[in-house]
Amino acid sequence: MLTVALLAFVIFRFVGDPVELMLNEQASQAQRDELRERLGLNRNIAWQFVTFVGNALRGDFGISYRNQQEVFTLIAERFPATFELVMVATLLSLAVGIPLGVYTAIRRGSLLAKALEFVSVLGVSLPSFALGILFILLFSVTLQWLPAFGRGEIVQVGGWSTGFLTPSGRLALILPGITLSLFQITLVMRLVRAEMLETMRTDFIRFARARGLSDKAVHFRYALRNCLMPVVTVTGLQIGNLIAFALVTETVFQWPGMGLLFVQAVTFVDIPVMAAYLMVVSFIFVALNTVVDLLYAYVDPRLREDAVTGAANAR
Amino acid sequence: MKVPAANVEKAARTNWLAMGAAALMLSGFGVTTAMAQQGKTVKWGAAREIASLDPYSFGETFTLSVLNHVYEGLVRYTGELKIEPALAESWETVSPTVWRFKLRPGVKFHNGNPLTADDVLASLARVTHETSPLKGNLPAYKSSRKIDDLTLEIEVNGPYPLLLNDLTNIYILDKEWMEANNASLPTDSGKGIKGFATDNANGTGPFVVESRRTDSRTVFVANPSWWDKPRHNIARIEFLPITSAATRVAALLSGEIDFTNVAPLQDLQRLSASPEVKVLQTNELRTVIFAMNLKDKLFESDVTDKNPLKDIRVREALYRAIDVDSVQRRAMRGLSRSTGAIVAPAIPGYTAAQEPRLPFDLDGAKKLLADAGYPNGFSFNFNCQSDGLVNEEEFCQAVAAMWARAGLRPNLSLGPRSTQTPKRVKGEFDVISFGWANEPMIDAYSILVQVLRSRSGSGGVFNWGNWGRPDIDALIDKAGVELDNAKRIPLMSEALMIAKREHLFIPMHNQPMAWAMRSTVANTVQASDNKPRFWLTQMR
Repeated sequence: MLTVALLAFVIFRFVGDPVELMLNEQASQAQRDELRERLGLNRNIAWQFVTFVGNALRGDFGISYRNQQEVFTLIAERFPATFELVMVATLLSLAVGIPLGVYTAIRRGSLLAKALEFVSVLGVSLPSFALGILFILLFSVTLQWLPAFGRGEIVQVGGWSTGFLTPSGRLALILPGITLSLFQITLVMRLVRAEMLETMRTDFIRFARARGLSDKAVHFRYALRNCLMPVVTVTGLQIGNLIAFALVTETVFQWPGMGLLFVQAVTFVDIPVMAAYLMVVSFIFVALNTVVDLLYAYVDPRLREDAVTGAANAR
Repeated sequence: MKVPAANVEKAARTNWLAMGAAALMLSGFGVTTAMAQQGKTVKWGAAREIASLDPYSFGETFTLSVLNHVYEGLVRYTGELKIEPALAESWETVSPTVWRFKLRPGVKFHNGNPLTADDVLASLARVTHETSPLKGNLPAYKSSRKIDDLTLEIEVNGPYPLLLNDLTNIYILDKEWMEANNASLPTDSGKGIKGFATDNANGTGPFVVESRRTDSRTVFVANPSWWDKPRHNIARIEFLPITSAATRVAALLSGEIDFTNVAPLQDLQRLSASPEVKVLQTNELRTVIFAMNLKDKLFESDVTDKNPLKDIRVREALYRAIDVDSVQRRAMRGLSRSTGAIVAPAIPGYTAAQEPRLPFDLDGAKKLLADAGYPNGFSFNFNCQSDGLVNEEEFCQAVAAMWARAGLRPNLSLGPRSTQTPKRVKGEFDVISFGWANEPMIDAYSILVQVLRSRSGSGGVFNWGNWGRPDIDALIDKAGVELDNAKRIPLMSEALMIAKREHLFIPMHNQPMAWAMRSTVANTVQASDNKPRFWLTQMR
């Protein structure tokens, strides 16, 4: 994470000068220099970096240049929006991706399976902003079923703002959720399909069939279970990606999450917000990696056994 | 997707209750909430969020124009951009440097406090504080003092004709409210402390902030005890920032918003085609010009010993090589107003004599270049922004191609505003696209002192390419201390005419601006300063 912070700081050198955007046309050169001085932008980069890390360790990310709110509060306010969106997208991708993957693997060669595979190529290759705008045109403008932007009415539960509790909040989740998850769905589907095909060829499936188990038991209890390892890995890691890449979907749907905050911070050279955002996202990545590793042991009993024997051997 | 206003109201109030502390702060405004349920709601889809609710936190025209619904200055612009009394009822100049203002009696802030001279003094102190980003908006301010509860005097550094223009953007805050909430000083990004006024507002204006959630929705409700007679029938404004242009257009077409002050040019036809939507299109105050590096050397060129742009023939050649009609038709989609002046017609200082352009004349341009000693042209850096002016990328590319046809070799450098601005400020360019609206003062003195003036003291901050001239400087300085408009405006016009004769800049056009609204909005006032004024807007 320290590396991310350092890289981020080096990049910020090239994103521009916030001072010219912060003051208005009437400000004099002296006022401009003074502001630069106060923000510490005229100091060298090492000084800025050390100050930032030092403050960040104390949980102080400073205040935003653009709207002068505490950066930490800004991000904390936005996090629920992004999190709910990403959760919906992840659940959708699993709920839709796994059955489709199993189906296309089992009924390989059937017309429907071929059609699904074709559509999945589209899903992988269609950029999400184009997809989002197409959805908006169809469902908001033409059919007028779903809102084109925003989160609808939200309810504040403690420090968490949720859109799940109101009808308009739930409606507002649909389009961005699908837009964000489409790539995920196709990814999970193709992954499950490839793994299933691989597993179906292995000996133990043949033995299972030889034991006279039903198709259903073979496919779901034996084959699918063996495919889930990579699915868990990929889904877990993709949550990080979804959070990071939700910014495109969030911009299209004016979804008030962290991504939208970051995009606006970039156009404004709002360095405190950009720095904090990158730190938070890199933290999420690190955390997810750890969680995924732990989940392995849960999903795959072999790993647990290995760990136990490994520990025993070491002793 | 339409939600009945009453439901929204209820939901919003539940939110406030849940937020406890926030509800407390707004408890004084209960009356207005009840009223909001009867009247009309306008949903305003804006292209971006306002920076803050604090009118002194960020000197940006758009933020200030939104906050003008909540806060007011001593004077204000009418829909025709004339200055009229607002919180000040009348004023006089006691001496050339002292102005005396008489405040309007009976004006109340949204929290019920009456407006007094103390509030104005506290506001002036806050806005001119050394950490205030809006300090530059009141450049001539020296001091102020109270005469009685409703009278005060403002002293300026020297004779200064534009104090009223400047004061239109200095909104008045309540002294007791600022003191009670520890907000008497402006927020300071350097110190990293956020201010109470960033999220809370207490003005005298026609609308009261009811709730705010950044990047989602800010709700304003009508102020029932506004001092002025309302010319609007709006009970509630929902301010909804929608960054993506396509989404904004979709939301307007589907009826999720009633109004947008930024209708994308490429979608105007589609919007006009919808029977439910009306497009309001005109030209704004901002005039787009090309400014040139007139230092001793070019920044990036194959001519290294001297600067060809210092030769008036070369500048004229660049001017004549531009086919402005084709730029207007193609790049600007027929919506810009081509001009030969560097200020818009509504700006004092403009005269009809500034209007004619040099004709498009490719052969003439080539001949001028040959005469100047560059028959094969020369290369130079051409800096444009991708997110600055309206269709800037398109018109810069078009003009670069036109210059190439005249034998010149412009190297077009395109990038976002945030990366291009530092290069411009440092003078690392040869030609730039440049737009100036003369806001907030709406007077040619703005472009003269900030852009045309040679650098000295507070003047010429935007004189990035050393294009100042002593004769123009002398006229600007004279206009800067002349209080009589009948003498002052001709001085400015003369300075602008010298710039025109010398082709110091290549004028292009007044930018188009387009608003779009659904049939729910009956009428509004679209002034060329591009500021929506909902207190002058009627709903159906």
